[in-house]
Amino acid sequence: MSDESPKAPSLTSVSLEDPHLQPYAKHPGRAEALAAAAMVIGFLGFIGFGITYWISDQTQWQAATLGGGMLALGAGVIAWGKYLMAQGPFVEERHEFHSTEAERDAMTAAIVERGGMVVQRRKVLGGLFALGSTAMGVVIAFPLIRSLGPKPAASRQVTNTDASLFATNWKKNSQLVTAEGRIVKVADLDVGGVLTVFPKGHEGSSPDQTILIRLAQIGPNDPPFQLESPGRTDWGVQGYVAYSKMCTHLGCPVGLYQKLTQQLVCPCHQSIFNVASGCVPEFGPAPRPLPQLPLKVDAFGNLQSQSGYHQAIGPGFWERP
Amino acid sequence: MIDSSLRWVDDRLGIAKGGRTFLDKIFPDHWSFMLGEIALYSFVVLLGTGVFLSLYYIPSAHEIVYHGGYLPLQGQKVSEAYATSVGLSFDVKSGLLMRQAHHWSADIFLGSIAVHMARVFFTGAFRKPREFNWIVGVTMLLLGIVNGFLGYSLPDDLVSGTGIRIAYSIIESVPLVGSYLGFFLFGGNYPGNGIIIPRFYLLHVLIVPALIVGLLAAHLGLLVKQKHTQFKGRGKTEHNVVGSPMFPTFMAKTTGFLFMTTAVTFILAGFAQINPIWQFGQYEPFQISYAVQPDWYMGWLDGTLRIMPSWEFVGWGHTIPLEVLLPAVIFPGIIFNIFFAWPFIESRHTRDLAYHNLLDRPRDRPKRTGAGAMMLMLMFMIFAASSTDVMANFFQIRLNSVLWFFRIAVPLIPVITYFVTVKICEEMGGAEGIGKRKRPNVVHRSASGEFSTVPAEARPGDGHEELEAVPVPTFIDMVPADLATGPGIRRVMR
Ligand code: HEM
Ligand code: FES
Repeated sequence: MSDESPKAPSLTSVSLEDPHLQPYAKHPGRAEALAAAAMVIGFLGFIGFGITYWISDQTQWQAATLGGGMLALGAGVIAWGKYLMAQGPFVEERHEFHSTEAERDAMTAAIVERGGMVVQRRKVLGGLFALGSTAMGVVIAFPLIRSLGPKPAASRQVTNTDASLFATNWKKNSQLVTAEGRIVKVADLDVGGVLTVFPKGHEGSSPDQTILIRLAQIGPNDPPFQLESPGRTDWGVQGYVAYSKMCTHLGCPVGLYQKLTQQLVCPCHQSIFNVASGCVPEFGPAPRPLPQLPLKVDAFGNLQSQSGYHQAIGPGFWERP
Repeated sequence: MIDSSLRWVDDRLGIAKGGRTFLDKIFPDHWSFMLGEIALYSFVVLLGTGVFLSLYYIPSAHEIVYHGGYLPLQGQKVSEAYATSVGLSFDVKSGLLMRQAHHWSADIFLGSIAVHMARVFFTGAFRKPREFNWIVGVTMLLLGIVNGFLGYSLPDDLVSGTGIRIAYSIIESVPLVGSYLGFFLFGGNYPGNGIIIPRFYLLHVLIVPALIVGLLAAHLGLLVKQKHTQFKGRGKTEHNVVGSPMFPTFMAKTTGFLFMTTAVTFILAGFAQINPIWQFGQYEPFQISYAVQPDWYMGWLDGTLRIMPSWEFVGWGHTIPLEVLLPAVIFPGIIFNIFFAWPFIESRHTRDLAYHNLLDRPRDRPKRTGAGAMMLMLMFMIFAASSTDVMANFFQIRLNSVLWFFRIAVPLIPVITYFVTVKICEEMGGAEGIGKRKRPNVVHRSASGEFSTVPAEARPGDGHEELEAVPVPTFIDMVPADLATGPGIRRVMR
């Protein structure tokens, strides 16, 4: 704050009758009565909240009493301030808060000359201090950042799904089970039916979530079920196909199956995948087909995987080839 | 009493001089100057209700068997975070009120920041010397959005869990370091080892709020130091401030306003349900619920993700998910950089290096107003694009048509908005007496059938404007004689 000068050049005198000191309201009495009424309502509201709290836990009543009380009390105070206090308008001068040129020069000089003198004379010390503090900055970042979590595994051979973006727990002959761990049999689904499945022992695991769809009713002795997608014609079995349930856009579960059009829809950003032609995205922002899981049926009619996924599941990332 | 305790404190701290100046501080009156106050007070409500919530909420992914007041969940395995959030809604007395008040005040907080920012922008209040405060404000907006997302994630319900999954994938999309960032933040591949909830909790209740509190102090400190801007008007110049004094008028109004903001928040909290997590269920990575939207302040990011074409770059053994990187990382990055840099972009364009304490009327600055309208329209369009599916259902049109509409409209309509706004501003600039308060004319018909026109009586505000502004008075008997220089009044120069 700047100096206060008792010898102010221009003085404005204000007498008690001055209109600036009169309340804004034309009828101050009425305004006061209104403000008082609002504050009384506010008080009653708070009492009401106290009572409500003790006799019931009714959210609406609590909100009405507490909120109503604050609304009324607040309105009363505002009315007091707006209508009953000196109406003004009052004025205040702004001061220039920048320094004079001389002060600026003095500060610059202090930094440049005093600092320059010290740094130039003791170049080694300056350099060593810079070196030391840089080293400190770098090494402090190790625990701050590096301790937070493991590195993503560089090798594709890593099978731990917590450590690698490429891994899932699906292997050759993995047993298909539901989220509750029930074994999935060929007889379980009718045409148009869908089920979220996991490899046995990994129920509920995020990267393993797979959606099993029955596209056709084909028995074991019927001609084998051929898929449209080239190179994968025998990845389905008895009318079943299975795809990773993790959207290739941002990883939402692709949970909505439209039976008539044989499409999987991702509810997050409406990507649509054509199931019959290998889950190729037909619409929306998803860039890649959902990876497919090759299926087979064992001697007991249980569904199994022929192998794991042949590519990384889920959204794209830098290391993905 | 006051006198002796003030003396005691002043002997030690010397506060009387500055304190008096502070009490006399003038606040100009205009409704749009309250918008920032709404933001401030809803932040106060967030702190208060947040402390209440953290007394009961346990930030843990640890699975327990639910035994609480919400019967459909009885005996199910849920995370402790989810169980205690549902518990806050059903078992803690007044808990639901506080939880919903916290959520509502988060929405009000960010909404009022956005509107406050628009006010500052359109009136040019960010110009020299107030660039620092603009930057501080944009930073608080950014931190507020981040903290809203973090808080939204804490209950570990199905909707918020899906949001975290999407956030992880967005992090993953960053070239070179994305997978590392994701692994470090989550403690491994998604969903990580359960560490994300305690980490989000720490950020949400301590680190980000502390940063916001610090910035808030800077924001208000700068406001006091640089003083408030004011609109042009009688007696108002670049070198003064006209309005009501801090004590008692402004204090009364603003205290009332604190009460009103809190009141509205609690009434909403009691009567308008928000985020009924018990209906969504516990988060499971393989489950999803339909037609749930993020909080409104995240909607604009969702919209860009939806309308982006599926352009993934694959080559040289690497993948760059442009369909994620561009809309969810680069686009918001550009937007916030424009926000931060705006005062400098504008002053470089106008070559205006002068101090500005008087506000512009938006129509007097057609280009700036046009740019602002363009930005608002862009935000509105991508926000609308975040509900393409809802629109397709509602209007019974194909999703594909809606998508293509937005792909074209999102870049096009804001540009049209710019030109239309500039045109409107220019036309308004030429019109006589526009924006002035008009006094109605009363038409009389005399007994003989003659018509005459008389201006109506002055309304309360009309007369008020006509007084000349004076310094805040202090009555002489309260001030030592040697400090008083006028008849009953002294004037403080500052
Ligand atoms: C910028 C400030 C803040 C914003 C925008 C914000 C926003 C949110 C939101 C949107 C939620 C979700 C609420 C729900 O529906 O369950 C939430 C939850 C929560 N917040 Fe905040 N918050 C803020 C500051 C704070 C502070 C300062 C604290 C503590 C001191 C806090 C403590 C909590 C707790 C414990 C929860 C979880 C409660 C539950 O989900 O049941 N918040 N926050
Ligand atoms: S996550 Fe599936 S469309 Fe975005």
